[in-house]
Amino acid sequence: MNDYQSVYLALSAILFALGAFGVICRKDAIVVFLCVEIMLGAVNLAFVTFSRANQSAEGLFMVMCIMAVAGAEAAIGLSIFVLLYRKTGSINIDKFNLLKW
Amino acid sequence: MVTFKVILPANDYMAVLPQIVLVSTALLVLMMGVFKKLVNASAPGFTALAGSLLALGCVLFVGHHGAPSSTFGGMVLVDGFSFFLSLVICIIIALTILVSLNYGNFFNCMRTGEYYSLLLMAGVGMIFMATAGNLILLFVALETMSISIYALTGFHKKQLKSSEAALKYFLLGAFGSAFLLYGFAFIYGATGSLDIIKIAGFIKTHPQMLNMKFLVAAFVLTIAGIGFKISMVPFHMWTPDTYEGAPTSVTGFMATGVKAAAFAALIRVILVPLAPMQHSWVTIMWIAAFLTMTVGNIIALVQDNIKRMLAYSSIAHAGYILLGFLAGTGLAQAGMLYYLMVYAFMNIGAFGVVALLCKKGEEYTSISDFAGLGFKYPLLGLVMSVFLFSLAGIPPTGGFMGKFYLFTQALRSGYVWLVVAAGVNSVISIYYYLRVVVVMYFSPQASENSIVLGSVSPGIVIALATAATAVLVMGIFPSYFFSLAGNSIFSLM
Repeated sequence: MNDYQSVYLALSAILFALGAFGVICRKDAIVVFLCVEIMLGAVNLAFVTFSRANQSAEGLFMVMCIMAVAGAEAAIGLSIFVLLYRKTGSINIDKFNLLKW
Repeated sequence: MVTFKVILPANDYMAVLPQIVLVSTALLVLMMGVFKKLVNASAPGFTALAGSLLALGCVLFVGHHGAPSSTFGGMVLVDGFSFFLSLVICIIIALTILVSLNYGNFFNCMRTGEYYSLLLMAGVGMIFMATAGNLILLFVALETMSISIYALTGFHKKQLKSSEAALKYFLLGAFGSAFLLYGFAFIYGATGSLDIIKIAGFIKTHPQMLNMKFLVAAFVLTIAGIGFKISMVPFHMWTPDTYEGAPTSVTGFMATGVKAAAFAALIRVILVPLAPMQHSWVTIMWIAAFLTMTVGNIIALVQDNIKRMLAYSSIAHAGYILLGFLAGTGLAQAGMLYYLMVYAFMNIGAFGVVALLCKKGEEYTSISDFAGLGFKYPLLGLVMSVFLFSLAGIPPTGGFMGKFYLFTQALRSGYVWLVVAAGVNSVISIYYYLRVVVVMYFSPQASENSIVLGSVSPGIVIALATAATAVLVMGIFPSYFFSLAGNSIFSLM
């Protein structure tokens, strides 16, 4: 493994950690979802790096699939957000506490 | 003159026949949803039912014979394991549709074409998860299932609870799949392949890999991702909220189908290729299994909402199934599959009874609503008692035999204290299951919230009768089903 690969992997780990941190700490549903997308971006970077290191194209196919699925996920997620916004006028996740314990 | 020729690659299309049937039915049903004026309002439901039964027939017809093989360039594995899981999942889909047909009488939005279409698509995802031979297909199948179920969870468009449940499930589900993918990336980095068989081969021929930090990280991340789907503690927080808020027919589907598919993925991805590195995960999984059983059972004790109670109980059951995962032997895995099958019948049955007790636009979910039900509707009370006894693990039901197989195999592999903990947990769980039975038979019926059975379609009668019979048959004659599960494990690729 060359030097540049470990740099990319480190960048991907940092991005992933940032995304996970955002999911846990942010309160706006759309920002939380964006943080999940950052995590997926980190995963894509790792796949591309490993694909280069392994000299195989499988990782690149995986990246394509991840991007397509992330699009589908965004479609469903945004429609859920719109549904909630119409009902309550807010998408702050702290306000949704009907269901607990 | 240019001629276009459609050339189908030479593959074993028979291997994916049930999935093809399910996808075509889903698209047909979706079109029925578009042309509402032309078709009868109940047509989508019955078409979906016909499609799911046809798929079940295809699974049985194609069967599995001879040596395990792979097709579509290693993407789809054809072996006994695929057969068994496809069978269980097709049964789950058919039972869920039967329950939904009746549930749709109370809630009009459940009668639409898109509801059944999403249900069938989720089913296709589950079957592909169980048959996947490549991590790419596994991931796409997992998301097909999850995305359909996010939408199904929020299907009570008028109820805020349902939308909230969908939001929680969606955010945590997407978070979980990011972990799973990062785990897959590390597996790919360490072994250079995404093909499960090649991964297993690589690990076998390079034993020095096992100490590599990459592979340990891959294991932890993958187990966290799948843990979200099987609601393993500490990744269980979404389970009670989602199960409570979702439409009851969907809850039954989520509790059984998603769990069966996710455990299948767990066996395919972790147990088979990464088995040589068992020593490094035993401690983590021991703690996870212990916590999953205990947390689920203890919190279930204080629940008053029956859907929430069944949600916590489903967490506890995931803990029992993890015993088989820890034990790791072939027979223990057969025990896991047997348990998943029984669990499918008893849980769909229990949720089916809850889905039956509705009135127009409203559900009865509080346990106190069940007061006096046993005498008012003796058959319904009897069936519900069978399901609850089976969930509690009391003989002669399938739940008892499932626990028996799992616990003995774990004991043989030397997990004495964990089995003791599981035994104590089963005793604790009897309290909250029997509480419902006690309320049904021994509490006087309160005058203001008397349940009146609104409409009972023949479909749900068939579904409940099938589930109850299956639970009893699997408890009294377990050996046939256990050997079916065993054969499927031993023909695992």
